[in-house]
Amino acid sequence: MSADSTPNTPKNTASGNDVASGAASGASTNPAVDGSELIRFDKVTKRFGSHTVLDALDMNVYSGKHVTLIGPSGSGKTTILRLLMTLLKPDEGTITLAGEYLTHEKKGDKLVPASDKHSRQIRKNIGMVFQQFNLFPNMKVLRNITEAPVHVLGLDKDAAEERARELLDLVGLTEHLDKYPTQLSGGQQQRVAIARALAMRPQVLLLDEVTSALDPELVAGVLDVLRDIAHTTDITMLCVTHEMNFARDISDCVMMFDAGRVIEFGPPEQIFTDPEHERTREFLSAVL
Amino acid sequence: MSDISWGLWKLLLNGVWITVQLTVYSAALGVVVAFGIGIARTHRLRIVRFLSGAYFEIFRGTSALIFMFWVFFVLPLAFGWQLVPMWAAVLALGMTYGAYGSEIVRGAIAAVSPGQREAAIALSFSPAQQLRKVILPQAWPEMVPPFNNLAIELLKGTALVSLLGVPDIAFGAQLVRNATTRSAPVYTIILVMYFVLAFVLTRGMRVVERHAKAGIGQAPPKRAGLTTTLSIGKQTSPIGPVARTAAGPTTGAATEGEA
Repeated sequence: MSADSTPNTPKNTASGNDVASGAASGASTNPAVDGSELIRFDKVTKRFGSHTVLDALDMNVYSGKHVTLIGPSGSGKTTILRLLMTLLKPDEGTITLAGEYLTHEKKGDKLVPASDKHSRQIRKNIGMVFQQFNLFPNMKVLRNITEAPVHVLGLDKDAAEERARELLDLVGLTEHLDKYPTQLSGGQQQRVAIARALAMRPQVLLLDEVTSALDPELVAGVLDVLRDIAHTTDITMLCVTHEMNFARDISDCVMMFDAGRVIEFGPPEQIFTDPEHERTREFLSAVL
Repeated sequence: MSDISWGLWKLLLNGVWITVQLTVYSAALGVVVAFGIGIARTHRLRIVRFLSGAYFEIFRGTSALIFMFWVFFVLPLAFGWQLVPMWAAVLALGMTYGAYGSEIVRGAIAAVSPGQREAAIALSFSPAQQLRKVILPQAWPEMVPPFNNLAIELLKGTALVSLLGVPDIAFGAQLVRNATTRSAPVYTIILVMYFVLAFVLTRGMRVVERHAKAGIGQAPPKRAGLTTTLSIGKQTSPIGPVARTAAGPTTGAATEGEA
């Protein structure tokens, strides 16, 4: 809407494109092979006061793809993750997950903003790992992981604990299951947070600068776990990160953000070695 | 003090018992009001916040004493029945101190890091589950010290009920003074009595606080003495973190152990 009313604004480069379908390689993606469209942003605008963080953003992500969002801070990357997690509501536009509205629901013929109950139902399919871990300090590690599967998904306690133990094994923390989060290092806490998000068996995993709050020597352990997950599962990942090597390793697609728009996207080899935009070049030379 | 006969001592001791009862009942009502109003004041619906905020402002701005008189003398005019003085007092004190308590509850809820609520949303907990499983357990340890202050205020505030003729410590003191015409010993004795009650209350709340902190993985500060033994001996859960921190290996794990 705002884009139409300002004709001199250049149209978003990513508009109408299937971002994560490997478009830059030119290969037309067969949905039967690569999964179907999972996430769709349709003209999503988000403002904070007079500041427009996202400007009529269109974006599709296909099932099973790993998408990395890069760009300077304040360019709207994290906002995308927070909108998907329904921690924020868009001012305009709609977001769908697997064809179901996340931000809205149908009342008769009309589309109305989603009730909490509706978005809760849809967002069960989305997991998120935060920069500050946000483990629940009042629960021990095991219960941090089992609480939601038991009380939200209705899993029985034994099954949830078994799942939690498997995940703790995956993140290499089996021996810490009986500790409180405050007794763990930052890297360990973040790996528990990854296990906690995965315990809900989400279709989509959102990673919001998950290593930014860690001491440098703890970063590798967390990234190794995420690489493992990216390479061994078919979970769809949206990842905001400043770790460019990690982005290159796990991504099917890298999206470069600037001022609330996707200015460029493509497979990591292309974005990192031969970006089209001057802005992307500048950004990468500053962070690499 | 020898002027005070056993009969008069009994009067004072009965007063202590009445004061304890008043404090316990009013505190129980006050806690219910504090949580109810305090949580309502953080509700997402504006009307709920407005009504609970109005309750808080009204009871903060009125005198507990006058409200007690109002409950005892004015309510009967409207309803045709009268509460016994004891329960009129509990109602007035509980509702007034509950209003103050609601501010403690609201503040402690607001002080829980927003990331905690976001994590709870990300795991699709319902709003009630977010509150019960994540927010309140973390807010609770923050509430205990100010609740302790408020409970002591309440304890001393119960002296108001003597004006309704409830035979509490202050009422007993008045009777004894009239009987013996000796002010100094009587008032000294009841000062000490209030102090001892307040001290016991504080010790009890300290145990509650340590238990609450242990429940969110904050090992209580090391202190020798009676209360330490009590809080560790009483519950089983604090033993884990306390013992481990004391033993040392977990402090090490905070810096290494990145397998």
